[in-house]
Amino acid sequence: MLDIRIPIGLLFAIFGVLILAFGIATNSYPDMYVKSMQININLWSGIFMTIFGAFMLVWGKLAKKEE
Amino acid sequence: MERTFDLQWIDYAIMLIYFVFVLGIGWVLKRYMKDANAFLEAGRSMPAWVAGLAFISANLGALEVMGMTGSGAKYGMMTTHFYWIGAIPAMIFLAIFMMPFYYGSKARSVPEYLKLRFDEKTRGLNAILFAVMTILASGISMYALAILMEKVLGWNFNLSLILSAAIVLGYTYLGGLSSAIYNEVLQFFIIVIGLFPIVCLSLYEVGGWHGLLESLAPIATSKGFAPDAFTTTWKYSGAATSNPMGVEWYGVFAGLGFVLSFGYWCTNFLIVQRAMAAESPVAARKTPLIGALPKMFIPFLIIVPGIVALVLMNNPTSGFSITDPTTGQPNYDLTIIMLLKHYLPSGVLGLGLTALLASFMSGMAGNVSAFNTVWTYDIYQSYIRPATNDAEADSKHYLKVGRLATIFGVVVSIAAAYLAGLFGNIMDFLQTIFSMINAPLFAVIALGMFWKRTTGHAAFIGLLAGFAIALLHHGLTAPMGASTLVKGGWISIVHVYPVEMAQNFWTAIFACFTSASLAIGLSLVTKQKKTDEELVGLVYSLTPRVNMNEGKWINRPSTLAWLVAIIGIILTILFW
Repeated sequence: MLDIRIPIGLLFAIFGVLILAFGIATNSYPDMYVKSMQININLWSGIFMTIFGAFMLVWGKLAKKEE
Repeated sequence: MERTFDLQWIDYAIMLIYFVFVLGIGWVLKRYMKDANAFLEAGRSMPAWVAGLAFISANLGALEVMGMTGSGAKYGMMTTHFYWIGAIPAMIFLAIFMMPFYYGSKARSVPEYLKLRFDEKTRGLNAILFAVMTILASGISMYALAILMEKVLGWNFNLSLILSAAIVLGYTYLGGLSSAIYNEVLQFFIIVIGLFPIVCLSLYEVGGWHGLLESLAPIATSKGFAPDAFTTTWKYSGAATSNPMGVEWYGVFAGLGFVLSFGYWCTNFLIVQRAMAAESPVAARKTPLIGALPKMFIPFLIIVPGIVALVLMNNPTSGFSITDPTTGQPNYDLTIIMLLKHYLPSGVLGLGLTALLASFMSGMAGNVSAFNTVWTYDIYQSYIRPATNDAEADSKHYLKVGRLATIFGVVVSIAAAYLAGLFGNIMDFLQTIFSMINAPLFAVIALGMFWKRTTGHAAFIGLLAGFAIALLHHGLTAPMGASTLVKGGWISIVHVYPVEMAQNFWTAIFACFTSASLAIGLSLVTKQKKTDEELVGLVYSLTPRVNMNEGKWINRPSTLAWLVAIIGIILTILFW
């Protein structure tokens, strides 16, 4: 049946890249990160989610190979 | 006060992508849904880690997330009692002692186990109560979320209600229990990752855990507690008046830690169904344990930010408030969403809102997929159209019924959500009442599993009597300052509890003990109608021991159980 790691990996890879790009694009906006105490939280979340998404995809692919 | 969010295109895009994925999973699974077994039981094919994460995700509904963050702001770290003492022992017990019988009996639901172990009337009683309770719970959480979205986001109440229900219906109708379970795993990660930025940012603002302790000290002393009352769990539980929760240690220990939690985790089909869908007896045993690992750490995700919210509320310069403008009182349900608003810029904000939506969907899909199984197997197949000799045609027929039950469940949930809006108090009351059926149910199931003498009549009367005593206790007692009869005391008030939670604990304790003692007494004087052969696989003493300790020690359920227990004990000591 479906290996849920693949859709999870895909979704977080998309989220990660999207939010990471948004974080880079808005990095210089003065008001954008007042709420988060000048931490570019989009950048950090984006990086983390991209890694997590890639990890799930790789793990899913490896598991498939083993079968 | 400014309440509306400033959402940008990216926030909507994230929500939209999430909806596409959720429905897409249902769509992919559609072609595997060839018979009732695949649709309603996920073909018993889930790996342990998938079932385990779904197990915990189904429990992590929107009411849980909203309520527990609110409780964090109200009671502090003592809220972790719901996660540690109030969940871990029961989850270990379910995994090690009960799962072999639920799974090994080949029962397709908890009510069906009751039928196999006791008799038809016990099953019927449980099936009907469970079906009503599940739909009610699903409606109430829908209402709670939609009203929140309206208040805070300015979204149209009807639109958010119908849209979220339609998406849940879409993926559960397409892919049944498998789809609900797979999506619960996805939702689990979204909830954790979506709420994690708040944990980091809120702790950063107050200066880490030590900063939090320092900021809380003056707040605690101004309320008449010890300075560390909000960050300890058992330390001040000697007297109800010395801790913010207003409960004593023995009430927590017996009421929450034993009766309520064993009643919930070990008998609630919504939860047990995830473990029953596991691919093997060992996987079924591991399911609650794998779920217990993240469960123990969820407090850091939702309770700790709630505690920071308590600091923010008491700091006028923070601009953070959960005061309801219409009543002037704090509305603790708003805590989580106001934290999202307070800390998150566009981008992660969309992710945080998606996490809230995901928690709502996982809870509702859990309810709907448990409802359609109980409806199809325990009500429809038992009383309306029994199985014929043609197994293949039957399976097709029950698949159709299961699908229709899914639609029916969602539609009635929507109706229940509107009823909750019109008669909020009555719905709260009904939910309190129905939550009382779990404690007696645990008494009866545990007796049935571990004492072969327990008879069907005894189980049935025990259940009914436990329920009656719960009602009676609720009608005769009230929490202090209760203004409406739905909180109790609707017969006459003979005892007043300091807080509602203490009343709930004692209601459950009385119900459970009444059930247990009546069931034991009646079992001794009524005749056992089931033969020993019929009870094989259902009762501990008659079931041959299966060696669960095959394979490497690291893969055994017992190793996992010890790991869970040790982490639980360490956390309890760290936050004593």
